[in-house]
Amino acid sequence: MHVAVCVKQVPDPSGVGRLDPATHCLVREGVEVVMDPGDEYGVEAALQVAEATGGDVTVVSMGPAKALEAVRKALAMGAARAVFISDDRLRGSDALTTARVLAAAIARTEADLVIAGTESTDGYTGTVPVAIAELLDRPALTFAKHLEVGDGTVRIHRQTEVGHDVVEGPLPAVVTVTGGINEPRYPSLKGIMAARGKPVEQPTLEELGIDPSTVGLAGAAQRVVAVEPAAQRAAGQVVVDDGTAAARLVAFLDDLKVI
Amino acid sequence: MSIYFDGEHELFRREYRRFVENEVAPIAAAADRAGEFPVQVLRSLGKHGYLCIQLPEQYGGASADVMMLVVAAEEMAYASSGIDASLLVHSVIAVNPIYRFGSAEQRARYLPPAASGDMIGAIAMTEPDAGSDVASIGTTARPDGDGYVLNGTKVFITNGCIADFVVVAARTGGPGHRGISLFIVDAGSPGFKVARHLDKLGWRASDTAELLFEDCRVPAGSLIGEAGRGFYYLMENLNLERIVMAADCVGLARAALEQAKSYALARRQFGQPIASFQDIRFMIVDMEARWRAAQLLTYEAAWKLQREESCTLESSMARYVAGEMVNRVTGDAIQIHGGYGFMMDSDVQRFYRDARVMTIGGGTSQIQKEVIARRLGLVGEQGVAK
Repeated sequence: MHVAVCVKQVPDPSGVGRLDPATHCLVREGVEVVMDPGDEYGVEAALQVAEATGGDVTVVSMGPAKALEAVRKALAMGAARAVFISDDRLRGSDALTTARVLAAAIARTEADLVIAGTESTDGYTGTVPVAIAELLDRPALTFAKHLEVGDGTVRIHRQTEVGHDVVEGPLPAVVTVTGGINEPRYPSLKGIMAARGKPVEQPTLEELGIDPSTVGLAGAAQRVVAVEPAAQRAAGQVVVDDGTAAARLVAFLDDLKVI
Repeated sequence: MSIYFDGEHELFRREYRRFVENEVAPIAAAADRAGEFPVQVLRSLGKHGYLCIQLPEQYGGASADVMMLVVAAEEMAYASSGIDASLLVHSVIAVNPIYRFGSAEQRARYLPPAASGDMIGAIAMTEPDAGSDVASIGTTARPDGDGYVLNGTKVFITNGCIADFVVVAARTGGPGHRGISLFIVDAGSPGFKVARHLDKLGWRASDTAELLFEDCRVPAGSLIGEAGRGFYYLMENLNLERIVMAADCVGLARAALEQAKSYALARRQFGQPIASFQDIRFMIVDMEARWRAAQLLTYEAAWKLQREESCTLESSMARYVAGEMVNRVTGDAIQIHGGYGFMMDSDVQRFYRDARVMTIGGGTSQIQKEVIARRLGLVGEQGVAK
C-alpha cells in the first residue's frame, strides 16, 4: 500500500520559541529546528504499514528551504520519496492554506492512506489533517494510538479520556496518530546515506493548481491579531516532610483528580 | 555548518546524539561503577546499523567516511569514553585489518556478524614487555602441520573477556618488525584463555583483559594476509586510530566543559554566580579555547586522511594535543565543581578518570612527540615505530 505522511519542521521544542512582535510569525533565524517530534510517530506508523503491506511511503512537507532537513530525516528513516513545497509566497500562510497545499501535493501521489501527527508542536491548531481529509473528500480517523489496515479498510483505536474507541473507515482515508502509537526508529547511517539519492519533487504553486494570490499572509482567512508572552508560571508549593508529606501529596493529587 | 561536514554528517550527528542520549547516557555512570562493559549497548548499536559503519554495505556497514567515524567517536565519548573505547576497538581497530588484508572467507565469516553486533572483536598487540615498542613482541606462532601454534601473553586487551574473536600479533619470523604476523583467534580455541579481567582507574566501562596463549592451535586459514606483514598491517591503521581517539578526547572534553559552564553559572558564592569571578571564567575560556583547537586539529587530520593525503604529522599532533587537552579540561572541570566535583557521584570525576588514559593508551604523548619530531626532520627515521 502506498502511504503518504505529512511532516513539518518546527523549532526544537526543548528550546524557547519566540514570535516576531511585528509580523506575529515564528522567529526562525538562529533557532535550532527539528522534525516535529509528533511527526516521528507518523513516519514510523507509515513505514510500518508500508512494510507490512509491501508498499512504500511518500513524505509530504511544506516549509522554508531549511525544512528540507526534516524531509531528509524522514527519507533516512525509510520513506521512498518526498514532495516538498517551498515557496517564499507561502510565508505566513494559515492552517487552511497549508492544508490546501498539502492536499494538492497528496492528490498527485497514489497514496491510499495519509498519516499525520495529531497537531504540530509549534502552531498546535490540530486542524490541518482533518482539513486535508475534507479537501480530498476522504474520511478522517483521528487520535489513533493503534492502527491496522485491512482489505480496503483502516481500523484505529481512538484515544479517549477513559480508554479507546475502535473506529473503522474505508480507504482511502486520513489518519492522525498520537505519541505512543509506536517507538520511532533511529535512522541508520545506511538510511542516511541512501536518503541522498531519493527523489524529492518540489512542485511550484502553479504546478499544484493553487492561485498564488490566495496564499501567504495576504491570502490567510485567519489572522493573528496580537501575540503576548505566556504568563509566568506561579511558584510551586513545597511540601516539607514532617511525617505526613505522603498523605498530603496524595490529597493534593486527589484534588487534581489525577489519581 | 562547518567546512569539514556535509548534510549527511550533520543529520547523522543529530540522530546518533539522540540515540546516545537515550540509550547510553542513562547507564554510563552505572557501567563505570560496575567496571563492566554494557554488552547490550553494542548489540543495540548493531541492530540500528551503527557498528563498523566504515565497512561497505555488503559486509553490513554504510561505507562511512573518516569524518563520519569522527562524529561517531565524539558523540559516544560525550556520554562515555569508556564505552566508546570498547566500540572503537571492536568497530574500527579489530575489524579493519580483516577487511583490508583478510581473505574472502575471513571477511565473510567475521565482518557481517561484527557489524550486526552478533560477534565482538578485540585486537591483541601489547605484551608485558612490549608496549610502545610493538616490534619487540615475544608471542610466537610456530608453523605446525596445517596450522600454527601460538604461545605468549597479551595485556591491556580491550574487549578481551567478551570477545568472540581476537586479532593477535605474533612472531612467525626473526626479531624486529619484519617477523610479525596477524592471526584471528576464536574465543574457545584450545589453549586460548582469558587469564584475568583487569581493574582500571578509568575507562571502567570498557572491558580489559590479560590473555594467555598456551600451545594454542589455529588453522592456517586464520593467518591474515601474508606472514611477516603483520606490523605493516597494524601501521596502516595507525593514523585512523589516532584520529578516532583524538575525537574521543574531544567528545569527552565537551561533556566536562558543558557541565563546568552550567555549574559555574548556577553555583552562587559571595552573592554571585562563581562564573562572575575572573579566575573561574578565564579558566572556562581556556578550556573552551583548548577544546576548540584540539577539535579543529582533529578535523583537519581526519579531512586529510579522508582525501588520502599523508597525515601522520597532523594525526599525531591531534592525538597528542587532544590527549593533553582532555586531561586539563576534565581536571579544571573538577576544580570548578569544588568539593562536589571530588565526590564519586559527580559526573566530572568519571570524566577525569576516563581522561587519564588519553596520554597513555594507543600511543603515549611521548611517542606522539617522537613521531612529530621525526616528521619535523629533527631526528632520524630509526628506533621508533612510524
